Amino acid sequence: MSPSLATDNGLSEVPPASPAGPPGCSRLRARPHRRARAGGTGPLGTGVVTIWLSLIVLLPLAAVTAKSFDDGAGRFWDVVTQRQAVNALIFTLVVSLLAAAINAVMGTLVAWVLVRDDFRGKSAVNALIDLPFALPTIVAGLTLIALYGKNSPVGIDVTYTRTAVLLALMFVTLPFVVRSVQPVLLELDREMEEASTSLGASPGQTFRRIVLPNLRPAILSGAALSFARAVGEFGSIVLISGNVPFKTEVSAVYIFKLQESSDNPISASAVSVVLLGVSLLVLIGIRVFERRGDQRA
Amino acid sequence: MKRFLPLSSALLTASLVVAGCGGASDSTDGSGGGASASSGKATLSLVAYSTPQVVYDELIPAFNKTPEGKGIGFKTSFGASGDQSRAVEAGQKADVVSFSTEPDVTRLVKAGLVAKDWNATPNKGLVTTSLVSFIVRKGNPKHIRTWADLLKPGVKVLTPNPFTSGAAKWNILAAYGQASGGGKDDAAGLKYVGDLIKKHVVVQDKSGREALQNFTSGTGDVLLSYEYEATTAQRKGEKVDFVTPDDTIKINIDIAKTVKADPASQKFIDYVLSKPGQEAFASWGYRPVNAEVLAANKAKFPDPAHEFTIEDLGGWAKVNDTLFDPDKGSIAKIEADAGVSTDK
Amino acid sequence: MLEQSRPARLTLRVVALGYLALLLGIPVGVVLYRTFEHGIAPVWDAITTPAAISAFTLTLEVAAIAVPLNTVLGILTALVLVRGRFRGKAVLEAIVDLPFAISPIVVGLALVLVYGRIGWFGPWLADHGIQIIFSLPGIVIATVFVSLPFVAREVAPVLREIGDEQEQAAATLGASSWQTFTRITLPAIRWGVAYGIVLTVARCIGEFGAVSIVSGKISGETETLTLLVEKRFNNFDLAGAYAASALLAIIALATLLAMTRLNPRKDHQS
Repeated sequence: MSPSLATDNGLSEVPPASPAGPPGCSRLRARPHRRARAGGTGPLGTGVVTIWLSLIVLLPLAAVTAKSFDDGAGRFWDVVTQRQAVNALIFTLVVSLLAAAINAVMGTLVAWVLVRDDFRGKSAVNALIDLPFALPTIVAGLTLIALYGKNSPVGIDVTYTRTAVLLALMFVTLPFVVRSVQPVLLELDREMEEASTSLGASPGQTFRRIVLPNLRPAILSGAALSFARAVGEFGSIVLISGNVPFKTEVSAVYIFKLQESSDNPISASAVSVVLLGVSLLVLIGIRVFERRGDQRA
Repeated sequence: MKRFLPLSSALLTASLVVAGCGGASDSTDGSGGGASASSGKATLSLVAYSTPQVVYDELIPAFNKTPEGKGIGFKTSFGASGDQSRAVEAGQKADVVSFSTEPDVTRLVKAGLVAKDWNATPNKGLVTTSLVSFIVRKGNPKHIRTWADLLKPGVKVLTPNPFTSGAAKWNILAAYGQASGGGKDDAAGLKYVGDLIKKHVVVQDKSGREALQNFTSGTGDVLLSYEYEATTAQRKGEKVDFVTPDDTIKINIDIAKTVKADPASQKFIDYVLSKPGQEAFASWGYRPVNAEVLAANKAKFPDPAHEFTIEDLGGWAKVNDTLFDPDKGSIAKIEADAGVSTDK
Repeated sequence: MLEQSRPARLTLRVVALGYLALLLGIPVGVVLYRTFEHGIAPVWDAITTPAAISAFTLTLEVAAIAVPLNTVLGILTALVLVRGRFRGKAVLEAIVDLPFAISPIVVGLALVLVYGRIGWFGPWLADHGIQIIFSLPGIVIATVFVSLPFVAREVAPVLREIGDEQEQAAATLGASSWQTFTRITLPAIRWGVAYGIVLTVARCIGEFGAVSIVSGKISGETETLTLLVEKRFNNFDLAGAYAASALLAIIALATLLAMTRLNPRKDHQS
């Protein structure tokens, strides 16, 4: 690990003590980018991270991108503008955003209950949260179809509908927001909330004005991850969605189809590259949104 | 937090230790293969498509009990036919390969990994054959007997998607072939397939196994499948019946050794094609290619009135080009139209 | 502390738990029920076959390499992203999330294109007798790839939330960077790190798609638990598949337990 992890030249810039408010106040909104020193982790840290990401993430992606243009840009365009490809892409993006949005709200709520509430069996509930990752996706698919399929014991049959895809995605992305909000909630200073309440603010006001702004980066971060994961998800969807073209077929399944039926990975790579590009744009969008909120606060 | 640091350092140490010895994972075989690779004799890598695993799980220990197979170790890998073929193409070690469609072997021939004359054997490279059949609910409540029955009003059909499962192409080829008189009347064949897919196929799952899972979960009246898959499912306790239509396609399942295969591979292939080997296949519903074994099991494998082959339809190169090409194939177009109609 | 009225608290609790029950509790219950439907003996048999033991060991081995790597580099990444100031940070930030957005098949395909027989480095690797794809290194690379973002993404918001005043104060008082990190930063981000590790472990052991392409699925050798589950499903051995899944769930639960035990409770501290 980098030896210059924390502060290099932080000596000169002791944060100004906030003249107004209790001591906890200055911690309320951290604005590291405003008063951060150049290269908080030093150039070495930045270098290591850059090399790491390049090696693990960028190198394989470069290979896929290169492959996708093997037959030229014209063929690339033809492949990715196929009606079925476009349809699958739009559906994937919409359903992934929806799953991320639902889990942003519900995940925050769950995290809140797990941190601030107290009830019997709380630790057991807390322990369940990560299971959607650990269970193989085929098992997720099997249980979903057992529960919400033709022979549903609860009388809900969503097989081969778009709801089925949404349901599967909500299942596999559940842990993200919960687990990103939870640590922030645990670290959150409660003094401000107390101050707010003692000044007569309603619980709702306190939550909106004090708690939510602090949780915002974590919620958005979790939602971004949920979205990203949903876009690439495959295993848990296939059984219950039936992969009906133009209806429940997501891009990941379409890519698999191209890979299996066209005997060379060029088309599959091309669609993957587009999916990747669009996801990247959405992710950057979420980050920009997050940062803007950061500055406004 | 004081207790936190030791943890991360412990994890780090563990990772280093594991990384240090990780390469030497010469562990046991797992799939009930029996013999270990320790005796200094050859170890064969068998890369095959998934369904016949039950057969090989019996064959490998049995082979090890024969004088030829004594002490030969096995490393087995089972998965979807296309995936397995692509893995070998990408460098997975394989001595013996077995796939559910010929193009998966052809891919390896093109890559120079399997000899061009791989099918110049007495059995033409086949290890077993089967027929496209209908899996129906126990007792066949909808009285499905013929291909025409599939088009009766209200009959719901399942088939894996031919574009995600290479083996599912057999199902579509059977439907196409029987309606076109073995490929002679292309228009009639396509019309049947079009009616079937647009009006009766409720859903096309990714793989044959997943389609069967959805069928047993309650979807559909008929599942297009193969004789052996139905028999295997029955032997594994699934409550299904199957019907072999009187006009259907013969499915070829290929076996080949790679160019760099260990000499012992041929002994194994010979055993697989021998009488005991073929009996094992027959017991799981696979039609033996050994004439003697087939004759002995005639009652189990009745011949349909009409039977055609992939050669009758012009061979794989032709059907993949005219029917299954994702851009311009006739079946691809039917699939796309079916998608539009469900989109409405 | 935010005071909630009793009805409000109960409502929140009911909504949150109801959501969890429908989406998570019941499905997991079904898995457990299906696993132990026929008693404990068949489950024990299913998870003690040579293939299952070898798959279990391999899964742990892979996690033992991938998780520490992703933890250490994940913390570093979070520090760089939150505290660093350099050109191209936004790009770096988006790259961190990318591994999730890629369909696992494409991850597998990409690794084959880089390290496979006819891939970019394939011929060179073959000449030097190094096997990456279809052996342990390939599985590890795929696993590291799919679980890369967790720690960084868990830690970054916490880092942002705690600010850097204390770090600066420590530095002012003459603490070295390493001291500042271990005494100030690490304690503050420990929950983020802990959950990051929990998620990384869960994702590592549960990954199927990418691993299935690069592992070669050699029974007893490169077959992880999730691959074994898939194989058992393909062989109509649903009970065995559920049993192996239960094993995966247990690993995940054990990780969470270890992490919460190792982390002192926040309440006791403040």
